Amino acid sequence: MGAPMSKTITIDGKSIPFKDGQTIMDAAMAADVYIPHLCHNPEFKPHGSCKLCTVKVNGRNVASCTMPAVEGQQVLSDTLELNDERLSLTQMLFVEGNHICPSCEKSGNCQLQAVAYYLGMMSPHYNHFYPQREVDASHPDMLLDRNRCIYCELCVRASRDVDGKSVFGLSGRGIGSTLVVNSTSGLLGDTNLAATDKAAQVCPTGALLKKRQGFTVPIGQRIFDHRTIKDVQLGEEHE
Amino acid sequence: MSDPKLKVRVATCSLAGCFGCHMSFLDIDERLLGLLELIEFDRTPLTDIKHCGPCDVGIVEGGVCNAENVHVLKEFRKNCKVLVAIGACAITGGIPAMRNNIDLWDCFQEVYQYEGGLEGHQVPNDPELPLPFDKVHPINEVVKVDYFLPGCPPSGDAIWRFLTDLLNGREPKLDYEMLHYD
Repeated sequence: MGAPMSKTITIDGKSIPFKDGQTIMDAAMAADVYIPHLCHNPEFKPHGSCKLCTVKVNGRNVASCTMPAVEGQQVLSDTLELNDERLSLTQMLFVEGNHICPSCEKSGNCQLQAVAYYLGMMSPHYNHFYPQREVDASHPDMLLDRNRCIYCELCVRASRDVDGKSVFGLSGRGIGSTLVVNSTSGLLGDTNLAATDKAAQVCPTGALLKKRQGFTVPIGQRIFDHRTIKDVQLGEEHE
Repeated sequence: MSDPKLKVRVATCSLAGCFGCHMSFLDIDERLLGLLELIEFDRTPLTDIKHCGPCDVGIVEGGVCNAENVHVLKEFRKNCKVLVAIGACAITGGIPAMRNNIDLWDCFQEVYQYEGGLEGHQVPNDPELPLPFDKVHPINEVVKVDYFLPGCPPSGDAIWRFLTDLLNGREPKLDYEMLHYD
């Protein structure tokens, strides 16, 4: 039925094969090309909200996690301009929330932090918002700290599409967005979320944490302490 | 090289910080001796000089949490050709900024009135005490900062790399494992 991998796109001058139905991100990851991303996780339907994976396709900026790969696309990704924009987006994520790494159990395992390391972020640059956000410790096994939420919707997608529970949702718009919990009280402890749920595993930051795990792996021995997020995620792709 | 006129003059201070960055600076250990061939200290907690004079490099630990912090920071900016923010607090507000979402008076009451083992149970109100701000801010929200050296604290090796790059006229650049925010 014809060669399955005969179609190609070009990323930064390199020819990348793809199958129909794959996005630029899918094709890139399969070919060991890292495009920085936060809201994307290959296990879930793409969301396209963090815009970190923005690439230039035939001169236009698009989110590579949602853009289907099409024969002959000329894609630019690892360029000074795009990485500068990714850095600015990451810095905005930092100042929009309350990301105080020294106080966070997720530090070293956090993808927001790891992307910032990868992009060489030396400071958050913009003025901090220090927004007022709620912490919800009502669940016996999980902690929801909205200070660290980046609205990637991974927990929303996991709970809805994998766990079939729809525990989480986003409410409000723009800077007024907030992560809400599907219970009458609005508290996580009044939902049927279990620590074994997929939704409990996917938070890229320290917004949704398992309780009593804090420092079982010490700082200095964590996922991104010695390996870049590029090496870690491309490694996972081939597991 | 030990002619004081040829040495790079360095000032350091700790604002709303814990002196952890200064401790980490001392963690460059015996390399301090070599460093002292190249630099001399102006105001630092090590020299106990009270005011910063004209300097080549100013290194500021800690964020800005009160009026005195602003005075010191502006004095540094005015006198230092190159100003460096060192550590999470100077760069993001850090741990002290965790009070930013708590009413200042609630904070004071918790610390000075409700906390056990205190005598007097009153909030200090001496006119010599600097005016506290309702929020803690990173120093780049008050003055222009030339370089940022993150970490809580940055390791001695990161500080050493940063300083030797700077003193040798190179753009400071940290290895992947030297760059961390925790």
